[in-house]
This record gives sequence, C-alpha cells and structure tokens, in this order.
Amino acid sequence: MLDAGSTATAGARSLNDLVVAVARGRDRVAFAALFGHFAPRLKSFLMRLGADSGSAEELVQEVMLMVWRRAETFDPGQANASTWVFTIARNKRIDALRRERRPEIDLDDPALVPEPPLAADRSIEVTEDANRLRGAIESLAPEQAEMLQLAYYEDKPHSRICAERGIPLGTVKSRLRLALEHLRKVLKDDQ
Amino acid sequence: MIIPRHHPPEAMLLDYADGSLSEPAALTLATHLALCPECRQRVAELEAIGGALLEESVPEPVSVDCLAAILARLDDPEPRQMVAFEPLPAEVIALPQPLRSYVGMPLAGLDWKSVSPVIAEFDLQICTPPAKTGLIRLAAGCSLPRHGHGDSEVTLVLEGGYRDQFGHFQRGDLVVHDSLVEHAPLADPDGDCIFLCVLDAPIRLTSVLGRFLSPLLRH
Ligand SMILES: [Zn+2]
Repeated sequence: MLDAGSTATAGARSLNDLVVAVARGRDRVAFAALFGHFAPRLKSFLMRLGADSGSAEELVQEVMLMVWRRAETFDPGQANASTWVFTIARNKRIDALRRERRPEIDLDDPALVPEPPLAADRSIEVTEDANRLRGAIESLAPEQAEMLQLAYYEDKPHSRICAERGIPLGTVKSRLRLALEHLRKVLKDDQ
Repeated sequence: MIIPRHHPPEAMLLDYADGSLSEPAALTLATHLALCPECRQRVAELEAIGGALLEESVPEPVSVDCLAAILARLDDPEPRQMVAFEPLPAEVIALPQPLRSYVGMPLAGLDWKSVSPVIAEFDLQICTPPAKTGLIRLAAGCSLPRHGHGDSEVTLVLEGGYRDQFGHFQRGDLVVHDSLVEHAPLADPDGDCIFLCVLDAPIRLTSVLGRFLSPLLRH
C-alpha cells in the first residue's frame, strides 16, 4: 500500500523531512501533509485494534497533537517517521485505554549503558531499512504473517492470544521467531 | 561496566514493543533496556515492524472536520511539561530510568521492610494484589527460602549477584520463571544482592524453614 506520500519521490517531501520541518519551523503546511498521510492510517490501525470510528478519531487527534508537540524529539537517525508515529500511537493507547504509565528508557540518562559506537551514519540505513522491511513483511509465509499481525493488532500479550484461540504457545513462539528471523535476515543481507 | 548476559525472551520484547505488556513487567523490561544496548536494538527493530504495519494499513477516511479540530488545538498550552533532570549523586545513578522515577531515592535510603534477618523488601505499589512488584534485598552470602511461583516471576538484578540452578545473575540480567520452576537464589558472598521482582501471585514457600518467612511477598 505504497503511495506518493510514503516514499521520497521527486518533488514530494519525505515523511521524515515533514516531521523535521514541523520541528524546525512549526510548519503547518508540513503538519497538514503529515496529517493527510498518517491520520487515515492511524484510524485504520486503531480500528483494527478494536476502537470504533469515533474513539479511533479522538485518539488520532491526540496522536497528531503529540506529533506537533514532540517533533523536536524525532531523530531520523534512530527511526523513520512511521515508526516514530507508531510508538506515539502505542503509548497514547496505553494511556487512554489502560490508564497505565508507559515505562521507557531516557536516552539522556547518565545511568544508561551506551551503545558501542557505530561505524557508519545510520540515517540513510534507517530509511532504506523501512522500505526493505515492508517488502519483507509481504514476503512472509502466511502463518508467520498472521502471527505478526495478531501480535500488533491485538491489545493482549501473546500468551493470552494463544490461550483464547487454542493455539499452543510453542507454535506461536516458533512462528513468531521464524517471522522475526526472516525480517532480520532481510535487513542484514542488504547492508 | 557489566553487559547483561541474561536477556528477556523474544516474545516479551515483542509484547513491550507492541504495547501489550503490563506496566510492572514493562518497567522491568525497560530497565533492562537501559542496561542492555543489544536488546534496545531488538526493540527498535520490533518498533520498526510496527511502523511498517502502520504504513501498510489501508487508509480509513477521517471525518472532514478532523484536521480543522486539530489545527485549532495546536497553540493550546500543554497540560504538563516534561521535567528536566537535575544532576544526581552517583549512588542514585546506579538506578537507571525508568526505575528511578518509580523508586525515587538512593536504594540505601528506601523504607525497606525487614522480612527476615537477611531479607528486606520495598513494595513499589503499582500492582493490584495478589500481584506484586517490589525490590528485594538479600544479604551477602545468604539465600532466599526455596520457593515456586504463580504463572510467572520476572526478576532483574540491580546490584550484586545471585546464583541458582539456572546460572549466575548480575546487574541488568533479566530472567522469567514460570510456575514449574522452584529455586532458592543464593546471593554472592561479596555484597548484598538487590533485584526488582514482579510476581503475578504470592510465591509458594516449599521448604519447612521457609514457612516461617511467610510474610515475604504476601499481603
Ligand atoms: Zn538484553
């Protein structure tokens, strides 16, 4: 489901660039373009997770407001815009539905054990990874793709999904592991 | 600097990345992430899969006034600003975020509740009983009574180390046990061992001596 907005096609600004434009210049045109791309996808994603149309849209508003407010924290070298928006939506859901805090690391924390220094600039890699990753997901075996979808589209730990669907936990674990191994291999092979 | 050798299972990383892990387990996992660059990388990959699935979602049209409603709110003041970090004394830094914000002071200064002469606990009070999340301090060279668990026990070592039949566990090591496991962790002789522990049910003490320590992790 690729369209002009999701890739850096000639003439169109990439999603990453749009977020950076919001961060640097409070650019409302860029924000409206981000809304045009992400709002319908977020709504669809949230409805698959069980929200009705109305509450999905309310949550879309909260997520997009965070996109506006937290644009400065977006680091194109760490993740692409879709991944960043996914994490905001995930956290907003936890906040809205479960009334729980989302415990997260703080990259500025002096107690954080640092990454070994990276040899190359990650930012190009991250963008290419995103495109390859989408292709890799499409190439998954159906039962592996199903497990992956279940994991991300059900607001339940995998262990409860298994129990409710009567799928043995071991089967789910091995399918998920194969799916993730396949995706990681695709990302590694092309580097 | 110790790099953890015992990591969360893949499924737990996935539950964390897709947002379905409960807060206490997520706190334990995120604290492991602060201490483990390798698992941070794995979670970043799992989040990228979430990003890819979002990207591939079949767009669902939003109502016509949705954008206008958001644009009208862009200049609203934020309800709550992030608090900037103040420099912290070294002993507090030993507690990484996000755990530090839940515990809030040096480990030594906590209101530890003595369970036995060699065991103390500090309840984080973020669970609905009978589940429990707390810090356990086990005196150097001493052992927890032999015990089993409900469906799961998640532990994350913060200071010192301990040994049981599964190996040796040090700072940053995270281990998940199910109801089939019985063990009696023994703290290293060179210092107290402090670990974060998430239980979904009170532990079952399985030794005679242990029954005297029944208040441990009970309500
Ligand atoms: Zn790890």
